Amino acid sequence: MVAIPSKHKSLALLAGVLLAQVLMLAVQIKRDERGRLIRVWAISAAYPFERSGAWAFGKVRGVWDHYFALRTTARENEALRIENDALKLTITQLQTRASEADRLASLLNFKQQHEKLPIVGGRVIAASAGTASRTIEIDRGERDGVRKNMAVITPDGAVGKVIEVYRDTAQVLLLTDKEGGAGAMLLDSRTQGPVGGTGEPTMQMKYVATEENVTVGEKIVTSGMDKIFPRDIPIGTVVEVKPGTPFKQIRVQPAAKLDRLETVIVLLTQEPVEFKSETPGTQTGAATNEPSTQGAAPVAPTVPTATEKP
Amino acid sequence: MNDTFELRSGGTHIEVHKFYPGAIVVVAVAALVFQAMAPVYFPKLSILDLPLLVTIYFGLSRRNPSTGLLLGTAIGLAQDALSGPTVPLGFYGMGKTVIGYLASSIGARLDTEHPAARFSLIFGFFVVHQAVLVVVRRLLLAQPEPWMNVRLAIAAAVNALVGTVLFLVFDRLRRRS
Repeated sequence: MVAIPSKHKSLALLAGVLLAQVLMLAVQIKRDERGRLIRVWAISAAYPFERSGAWAFGKVRGVWDHYFALRTTARENEALRIENDALKLTITQLQTRASEADRLASLLNFKQQHEKLPIVGGRVIAASAGTASRTIEIDRGERDGVRKNMAVITPDGAVGKVIEVYRDTAQVLLLTDKEGGAGAMLLDSRTQGPVGGTGEPTMQMKYVATEENVTVGEKIVTSGMDKIFPRDIPIGTVVEVKPGTPFKQIRVQPAAKLDRLETVIVLLTQEPVEFKSETPGTQTGAATNEPSTQGAAPVAPTVPTATEKP
Repeated sequence: MNDTFELRSGGTHIEVHKFYPGAIVVVAVAALVFQAMAPVYFPKLSILDLPLLVTIYFGLSRRNPSTGLLLGTAIGLAQDALSGPTVPLGFYGMGKTVIGYLASSIGARLDTEHPAARFSLIFGFFVVHQAVLVVVRRLLLAQPEPWMNVRLAIAAAVNALVGTVLFLVFDRLRRRS
């Protein structure tokens, strides 16, 4: 007598044998476009599970990241915020350094173009403490050869004159100060007249007769008659002309950026300086920024200004 | 070793036949060789499926599903191997596997010794075998395969008739007590 084989055992064997042959079929068959059949089957069979798994995993991860991992996120946000602040500060510092480099390059360029001209560059370390005066303090003094009434310029144009000299520093009276000014002339007509400050960002050209033809946009340069500034240093641009009796009212925008000075050049001589290659900047609007008011020394109001009568 | 065994299934007693040593192998090989060679000389004989008939017979006689399906697998794979490169291994193998399992399972429950019963069973198994081939062709291989047509119906009948006669010959291979 032989026991009846287990039905389940034989069914399992049947399934196994059939499966083995299916796999054998798949290994043999190669579809031209999609490779071997077993690969097609494997990919087709796995695709729904992979897609479902990816969807489920994404959901779970999303829930975890957005609801359970906020503690880490908060810490990361804090760290990123700190890093962002640090980067902002770094950017600001780099921008400042880049700007400073530009200025120094401009000074260097100016010095290279005027190699024989005795000049000394200075850094603005302070400005007037109030709005009553417009002065700056530079880090050059007697030890550097700076003396009173020396002209102070930038590559853009005239800045002012030295009104007080100390051992290592000096004070400069800006052209825009009420006491400041320089002998000037219109570049085209060569009409002369002093340019003086008004206490505002713009200056005024005085003593130009009504019959003189003055146009807005005309350039004004130093005349050299004040014995401080050499000739032909840009002073500014005419931005407004009003008729008057007996003189025109001419408003002048400074060529140098007097409200944003950081480095200047002190002319140690009154030899003429040629600005042939440098076109004075044309600032078309009145500057609105007031000079910094930190760390300035008192201004000596008794220092005579360079004015020129017609 | 006894020539026959008695199965007890629900109170029904069915004999399990044993064969002379090597009889199954010889018959199976002969069927395969004949199936491969006969159509060369007698193309109309291609309508016969002797490996299928051998699988059915020994499945019905042995009445052991495991043995039956393994025998069907072996015969089917051999038939695949002899059918040329256009027939992948496993094509007939799966068909014969299923038939071997079904024949053994049915043989363990029914008396399959009567010629009429054998004719009917062979006809039915031929149809099932064809169904398995269709499934394999269409679903697994993505190839066209007719489900059933007149030729197949005739083939089923011819195989059933030949099988019924052939089984009588095979019966002589059984060991007798």
